Amino acid sequence: MDKTWVLAEQRDGTPAGIVLELVTAARGFGSVVEAVTWGPGGAGAAAVLGRYGVTKLYNLGDIGESLPGPKVAAAIAAQLAAESRPDAILIGATHDGRDIAARLSARLDLPVLANVVGMDASGGRLTSEHSIFGGSTVVRAEFTGAVPGLFIVQAKSFAAEAAEAAEQRSLEIVEVEVPDTGPSDAARVVTRHEEEHSGPKLDEATVVVSGGRGLGSPGNYALITELAQLLNGAPGASRAVVDAGWAPYAFQVGQTGKTVKPVVYIACGISGATLHVVGMRAAQYIIAVNKDREAPIFAIADLGVVGDVTKVIPRLIEAIRARR
Amino acid sequence: MNVAVCVKQIPDSEPPALDPQHHTLVRDGKLVMDESDSFGVEMGLQLVEAAGGGEVVLVSMAPCGETRGLRTALATGAAKAILVSDPVLAGSDALGTAKVLAAVIRRLGPDLVLAGTESTDGYTGTTPVQVAELLGWPSVSFARHVEISHRALRVKRQTETGYEEVTCPLPAVVTVTAGVVEPRYPSFKGLAAAKSKPVEELTVVELGLDPSQVGFSGARQQVISVRAVKAREAGEIVVDAGEAHERVISFLEQLKIL
Repeated sequence: MDKTWVLAEQRDGTPAGIVLELVTAARGFGSVVEAVTWGPGGAGAAAVLGRYGVTKLYNLGDIGESLPGPKVAAAIAAQLAAESRPDAILIGATHDGRDIAARLSARLDLPVLANVVGMDASGGRLTSEHSIFGGSTVVRAEFTGAVPGLFIVQAKSFAAEAAEAAEQRSLEIVEVEVPDTGPSDAARVVTRHEEEHSGPKLDEATVVVSGGRGLGSPGNYALITELAQLLNGAPGASRAVVDAGWAPYAFQVGQTGKTVKPVVYIACGISGATLHVVGMRAAQYIIAVNKDREAPIFAIADLGVVGDVTKVIPRLIEAIRARR
Repeated sequence: MNVAVCVKQIPDSEPPALDPQHHTLVRDGKLVMDESDSFGVEMGLQLVEAAGGGEVVLVSMAPCGETRGLRTALATGAAKAILVSDPVLAGSDALGTAKVLAAVIRRLGPDLVLAGTESTDGYTGTTPVQVAELLGWPSVSFARHVEISHRALRVKRQTETGYEEVTCPLPAVVTVTAGVVEPRYPSFKGLAAAKSKPVEELTVVELGLDPSQVGFSGARQQVISVRAVKAREAGEIVVDAGEAHERVISFLEQLKIL
């Protein structure tokens, strides 16, 4: 392993959490780690990336109102043609990351390995781990063709750790020009809306309180936000509840939402479908409240309460309040 | 307004099975339409209705000639289906699949291509945007609302922290999230009509593709090992009789959360 590239999604100079996880993983391969970034503030990400061991930052600069996919893929493809290819490009499984990976794959005619949850480069052989069948099975895979290998990695697969002081080098910033992308880059972002809430972020919180269909009605979702707030945690939701419009997508935990690793995950009225469990099974402790004794969530819960969430949770809220 | 909707027929077996030689999903049993594709089909039908003309065409591929899943979508109102069915497709990865779908779409020349954000069985989640890049088209992924006026899309695109309003000229590829629209149920009339709707079957060579670009040879990746993971174990169960919340509190105290 000579060289690894990491896609460095950032906002106003702050890299997304997954970026630092990927840089840490790439450092562990024993290879040179370089990063590619775009958007306003790209150069501002240089300092923190340097502390994590990145030696070179390719900066595309502001891409205006374009969606990142076409421009970032085109710029990476052009840069790959101009210098020695990295062995791998690591891409976080974000919405923009998946778009970029897809376009890069088609442009370079290289396959992608997605849903990566672990990687290993021992003996110079790069392999990736993929968790399937709801986490009951892990497959190990590798590419058999040309480099770079394109890997789309799930959040929280690696812990982010800054490099030792001796490993930190001054980071070189290379300004990269974006080639013409033609009609593929015709989409334009008109406005951006944030659905942020107060309290800790869902994927960083010590406690996550999640609600599912067992809540019975949209109004009962307020029980989840209230309990989360009392425990200084973040509210979460199953896909069913998000699809039904009871909670915003930003709260969704699971395969198509966020992956969380809190100390305690409290699943309220969630049956424990595979697509939900893959997003929370790495919690240190799981508490589940569900009416149905046969719900699969009880098979993985450290504490299971068989009962009606709309009765148990209000009593829990009241009891916690009474302690203050 | 002609819309091509990419649909995947996935194994109906529970639990899913892995082929012992290649460690890929076994796809020669019964296949059903991936439920997450029903949202793209419904969105296509609604956009065609709103435009006052045109049709929805289903585009799909499978190593075998299974059409059961396609008939489900035809019954809800799609006009016809094109199924690329060829044994050489076995083992195809997302990019190989995208090459096949892009070749079909090039023939059809639709105004819009719709797909789900990811399939329920493989969930790589890259195929639709790979199709867009192969066609040289723009794409908008994770759409939770789609409108068309004056040959331009207006899409609310889901992001990790909210959403973006995106405009995009046609032709384009759009991936829709689950719940973007409420899929309709097929009527009896629709089910009867679906039996006689055309399903065109094509092979990889008929599409003008080189078979080495698809299947196991095109995938250029292999599974080295498969292992079972130690499952989490069930813990203590408390049946609520009015005081189960007290046990939750003592549990949280042990963890120093309270």
